[in-house]
Amino acid sequence: MSTDKNYSIETNQLNLWYGDFQALINVSVKIPDGLITGLIGPSGCGKTTLLRCFNRVNERYGNVTTTGEVEILGKNIYDADVSLTELRKNVGMVFQRPNPLPISVYENILFGLRVHSEQRIRKKSETDEIVETALREVFLWDDLKDQLKVKATTLQLEQQQKLCIARLLPLKPRVILMDEPCSALDSKGTGTVEELMLELTGQYTILIVTHNMAQARRVSDECIFMLIGEIIEHNRTEDLFLTPQNTKTADYIEGRYG
Amino acid sequence: MATDITPSSSPTEITDPSLMFTATEQSRKKQLMENIARAIFFVMTLLMILPLVLIVVYLFVKAAPVLSPEFLFTNPAKGMRAGGIWAPLLGPIYIVITSLLVSAPIGVLAAVYLNEYARASWFTRIINLAVVNLAGVPSIVHALFGVGAFVYFAKMGRSVLAASLTLAIMTLPVIIASTKEALNAVPMAFREACWNTGATRWQTIRGIVLPNSISGILTGIILQVSRAAGETAPIMFTGAVFFKAISERDVFAYGLFDRFMALSMHLYQLSTQVPGVPEALEYGTAVVLLGAVLTVNALAIVLRVYLRSRKRW
Repeated sequence: MSTDKNYSIETNQLNLWYGDFQALINVSVKIPDGLITGLIGPSGCGKTTLLRCFNRVNERYGNVTTTGEVEILGKNIYDADVSLTELRKNVGMVFQRPNPLPISVYENILFGLRVHSEQRIRKKSETDEIVETALREVFLWDDLKDQLKVKATTLQLEQQQKLCIARLLPLKPRVILMDEPCSALDSKGTGTVEELMLELTGQYTILIVTHNMAQARRVSDECIFMLIGEIIEHNRTEDLFLTPQNTKTADYIEGRYG
Repeated sequence: MATDITPSSSPTEITDPSLMFTATEQSRKKQLMENIARAIFFVMTLLMILPLVLIVVYLFVKAAPVLSPEFLFTNPAKGMRAGGIWAPLLGPIYIVITSLLVSAPIGVLAAVYLNEYARASWFTRIINLAVVNLAGVPSIVHALFGVGAFVYFAKMGRSVLAASLTLAIMTLPVIIASTKEALNAVPMAFREACWNTGATRWQTIRGIVLPNSISGILTGIILQVSRAAGETAPIMFTGAVFFKAISERDVFAYGLFDRFMALSMHLYQLSTQVPGVPEALEYGTAVVLLGAVLTVNALAIVLRVYLRSRKRW
């Protein structure tokens, strides 16, 4: 990994097209390790596209062309020897709508492990411990310890979203991508998920796309402002909001468009 | 800036506030139309049930003299003018099972490929177009294809196997279409969730997509059972015969290369080709055919309800 400051993600001249439409233009960015980085910008500016480049899930949506480099932990993930399943194991993703799988809470947490492990059945004591650890990490254990067999899709939205985060943890990802993780939640749910994110800093590099500038300010250490596929400004969150260097950034955070 | 805001329309003048909510001429007219519309829709719904009830009652009354377990388990006799319908009853069971053994696996697997793996390309477009068109081909055309391909070219002769394969070709596109629909009903979010934990497509299909679409897939297949069982054209040229005696009460009476009798064709023969058949025999055959189809459809409904109750979201 790099020298003075550690970066977990570095892109170099990243361009991306959906068919003929260029969604990302010469994106070069360094995401610091173990911190929370916010991605802000108006709808359609490429935030989500950029996020999805980092675990290459864009490619599932067909007709996508990418050029440039994306290095995660020093490895270009567009190299030929990169296994997509291994990549996605290390780079987890949380979606806008909580998407727990239609199986029990218990099995949701183990799903990732089961997908990646050779031996099909693990010992019950072992899986119990994994589930408890993951749920404790997202502050769900006390709420759900008696409901482990409950279908995850019947939980409250807030619990579902936390479960979606917990589901990533047993795989020990290095990076967690969050695509507007709170936009389906009420303010209380948003608060607890933000609290959880702050709790996870240090252990995981978190990249969060958000439309909510107050949220970006509350949770992120660094912030990236994007506009029509380009990065306009990338700075420490405080600096970006207090003394934006670019007038477009200033206009956006003051709410003149977006 | 001072502005004069005048409402573009003022509320209608009401002379007496106590009359504000009483029906006007116009609202009474609206209510009348509402009642008429409702009545028409209701009558149309009744009309739909009526023929079904009439058909069933009429058939049962006419068939009453011959209906008995004996009728089901004996072969037709005396040049079709007596006896039961054992041979024609067993025939469709054979061809339906054999044809589904071929068309269900191919259809379901092809649909999984088309829905879960294939990307939009000219190739998949052609396949999808072929599926839709194949589903619209009249059954008599399938019959002729079956004669050419299976009876003569593949030298199967007119047999259970040739008829089954013809039916398989006929049901295949519909099974593909219904399976695709069932797969499509599984929310994309579940697949995304799986892919983002690093699950392969097969793990996603196996773990999440199939368990949540199986009820729709099975229902689609079962509905093809009743369709295949009732078809006459595709089997007429490919294996069904006017008469074939088989050992009674033996469910293994037909071989794959035997010719066979079938209910739908039997009914056609009884009512048009053989003079002097007792009326009750014809109606009895019809009742059994109808009963078989309704039973299979009911089974599909029960299965769907059962699986849906276990559905996981």
